[in-house]
Amino acid sequence: MGVHDEEILSRVATGDGHGENSSYFDGWKAYDNDPFHPIHNPNGVIQMGLAENQLCLDLMQEWIRKNPQASICTKEGASEFKAIANFQDYHGLPDFRKAIGRFMEKARGGRARFDPERIVMSGGATGAQETIAFCLANPGDAFLIPTPYYPAFDRDFGWRTGVQLIPVRCHSHDNFKITEAELAAAYRKARDSKIRVKGILITNPSNPLGTTMDRETLRTLASFANEERIHLVCDEIFSGTVFDGPEYVSVAEILQEDPSICDGDLIHIVYSLSKDLGVPGFRVGIIYSYNDAVVSCARRMSSFGLVSTQTQRLLASMLGDDDFTTDFLAETRRRLMHRHRAFTAGLEGVGIRCLQSNAGLFCWMSLKPLLKDATAEAEVELWRVIVDEVKLNISPGSSFHCAEPGWFRACFANMDEDTMETALRRIRTFVRRADGAAAPRPKTKKRWDATLRLSLPRRLEELTVLTPRLMSPRSPLVQAAT
Amino acid sequence: MRVIVPLQAVVQGRGGLVLGSLIPCALFYFFQLYIRRDRPSSSASNLPDLAAMPRSLSRGLLSPRGASGPARLSSRGASVARDDDNPDYVGLKRCAEDPYHHSSNPHGLMQLGLAENWLSLDMIRDWLVSNVKEPLLLDEEGELSIHGLATYQPYDGLMDLKMAVAEFMGQVMQGSVSFHPSQIVLTAGATPAVETLSFCLADPGNAFLVPSPYYPGWDRDIKWRTGIELITVPCRSTDNFSISIAALELAYNQAKKRGVKVCAVLVSNPSNPVGNLIDRETLYDLLDFVMEKNIHLISDEVFAGSTYGNDRFVSVAEVLDSENFDRRRVHIIYGLSKDLCVPGFRVGVIYSYNENVLAAASKLARFSSISTPTQCLLISILSNTKFITEYLKVNKERLRDMHALFVDGLKQLGIKCARSGGGFYCWADMSKFIQSYNEKGELKLWDKLLNEAKINMTPGSSCHCIEPGWFRCCFTTLTKQDIPIVMERIHRITESN
Repeated sequence: MGVHDEEILSRVATGDGHGENSSYFDGWKAYDNDPFHPIHNPNGVIQMGLAENQLCLDLMQEWIRKNPQASICTKEGASEFKAIANFQDYHGLPDFRKAIGRFMEKARGGRARFDPERIVMSGGATGAQETIAFCLANPGDAFLIPTPYYPAFDRDFGWRTGVQLIPVRCHSHDNFKITEAELAAAYRKARDSKIRVKGILITNPSNPLGTTMDRETLRTLASFANEERIHLVCDEIFSGTVFDGPEYVSVAEILQEDPSICDGDLIHIVYSLSKDLGVPGFRVGIIYSYNDAVVSCARRMSSFGLVSTQTQRLLASMLGDDDFTTDFLAETRRRLMHRHRAFTAGLEGVGIRCLQSNAGLFCWMSLKPLLKDATAEAEVELWRVIVDEVKLNISPGSSFHCAEPGWFRACFANMDEDTMETALRRIRTFVRRADGAAAPRPKTKKRWDATLRLSLPRRLEELTVLTPRLMSPRSPLVQAAT
Repeated sequence: MRVIVPLQAVVQGRGGLVLGSLIPCALFYFFQLYIRRDRPSSSASNLPDLAAMPRSLSRGLLSPRGASGPARLSSRGASVARDDDNPDYVGLKRCAEDPYHHSSNPHGLMQLGLAENWLSLDMIRDWLVSNVKEPLLLDEEGELSIHGLATYQPYDGLMDLKMAVAEFMGQVMQGSVSFHPSQIVLTAGATPAVETLSFCLADPGNAFLVPSPYYPGWDRDIKWRTGIELITVPCRSTDNFSISIAALELAYNQAKKRGVKVCAVLVSNPSNPVGNLIDRETLYDLLDFVMEKNIHLISDEVFAGSTYGNDRFVSVAEVLDSENFDRRRVHIIYGLSKDLCVPGFRVGVIYSYNENVLAAASKLARFSSISTPTQCLLISILSNTKFITEYLKVNKERLRDMHALFVDGLKQLGIKCARSGGGFYCWADMSKFIQSYNEKGELKLWDKLLNEAKINMTPGSSCHCIEPGWFRCCFTTLTKQDIPIVMERIHRITESN
């Protein structure tokens, strides 16, 4: 960038808030330069860093084929074309909001009710997070966020808004649960540093852990928010991907069964169809707030990211079809469970342990035995080996601000079964090779140096990372030839 | 400075006038510090419109800090949520509740405040139905597949759509200039396009110079979240509201004196609300001005394809092509909502000659990307250049006819309109019908028109017009049969005034 441009462009434009300058980018570049294809490029990099749900697209395709009236471009649907093309009301199509509300209820087993009047659109979950931050916090304010967390939150929540995220450390010894002690400590520390904490941001089911939050933890968070008069923003984008017990508990349920636990004005849900329905390209982000002022404000700001009415119309029809949504949710869960079991079993076969999870499109695996030493640098080194030699783009825990080195997130729902098998084969080969190479060394792989501190060094904490978003539109899911 | 009476004793004693002035100043200063002691520590004063924030706040919004207060929004959130008295919102709401329909609701409210073009949508619909086969399901190979539509795509738009939009823009400008797809960032509407571009060009607290009257939406699109100030540069009816460089110069210097950094000049061409076109010479002058001041020029050309007058539309791109100006400071905002009549589909364009702006804007586009099925649909429509040429031609003819009828109708009521060459609006002078020649009088007339005549027009004050009595009326949502009804309703109000 020339000196001249530095003078005439903004800090947003010239700064690093977009988070794409980190070395983490190399994984994506590696994939883009050498993408896997079972026939044309069987030795390419397999994309396991993108949390995309491609398991049930065939169901959607079938529905669209059977329902031409849902599209305004067909003869059956053309009568609506003019009205739809012209409709730019930021309230959105009423049928669309109703259908979204209904779908959200279904994903929660009918245990929570959603009022369509509180549903606000935004430009994907990305836009939803940013809008909520604009509504709730001023520049310089902060939100507490349990680690490990989705890397793009730093950008989505804080880039243009000026809001900062303060990590609340969670540890593997209690399965990364959020403890009240850590939460309170982080809150106090922020207050002591004169940082105004405006709320807590959680993801439930969690990304990258793939676990659902238990009732007790949710209640603890809600009470804490209520007591300190701060907001609780719950990103429930993976709520429809819960494929196993324990049963999913949404914050909506907590509030419904016990309204006294927290002032409703403090509770907000962010949702999207990108994961549950597998349609990130549709750009459907939803803000659901129990606070009237936030609904009003977010709705006005939704002008910056309205969902195309053509898409609204299609989804209103599709999600309004009760039979379809029931079948779809059940089938998604079944396929995810199957895929998850196959993948984690494959990993276990070579001694790689995954955190026990019941949701999400990925698993959180521990590669600690393969680390040279228990440091963040060793983790990054291992990651580079996996990307460059094993040719798998998995995501290192440090990019998720994980407090302990050695954890990696691997996505398995954006590929077909054969590709998954290929990935597992490569992992097996790599682990066996690593084992073989390590033979002369003592059997125990865990080399916990007592004097070594496990906190992340400064420069790695500065790794503001690229979201697991796709740099190129290609993905390893190959269309079936038969 | 006048001496404050209670401090006469100080004045009459030692120290005299100096202490009599200093002490109240010092007291006031320390009082300010005291009441601001709890404000956040961020150095940038980027809470917009603090002066405009009404002080009587509802229960849910402001409270003393502490566990007992109600839930607080951010300052910008609170002011956005509360903006209910704005005539724009009031008018929109009333029209949505009681919309006119010639047969089912003939006494409903007629919406003349929203720029929608109903004149030519039927052409697009008809073409689609006969030409596009199941676009949602067809991928490049013509195979039925939702795959390409559902998965993540580049946030700043598919390259195919950028190419189609570049081609469309070239057609809109009637072949006088060609646009390059690599200089395009696509967003979900011109609204986020303007906001995203603003985020790239200025920091909170900086300002844009905006000749007025201007599009009321900019108060929302630019001021709300970026913290950028809009400095109004009034234009006069005496020269048909043309842009005056002298006025820009004056406003720039005044801002400088206040310590405010001006980063850009923002214009619309064809103008919203006036509808006039910026002539070539003024474009040259604007480019000279921004070069001299080392700032940007943003030209909002969303109505470029909706011209009907005798003057030819000249885009700033055309001037740049022909002359040796510094292009890196020029940016164009465009979209398909007006010229292609599809506001619901949300398609906006940032067209820039500055690669750093493009790089930043394409990353920012993640917050407002266009839905992929819609992109695919539009690629189909726009790729058929023969249809588009025909469509643009017919659309202009219909606009011309409707504009002529509307202006004529107003003329017969004694209402003159500013001379215009493009857009969906007439800029009508109703000043002789307002009782007091000020904003209050104008709003009273607006209220009468809304509640008695049941017509929603945009009052000039919403557009920051310095002369009271001007109203913006959209004529593209009307049919020929509606026009006499509109005129009759307006007449009811004007004859009683």
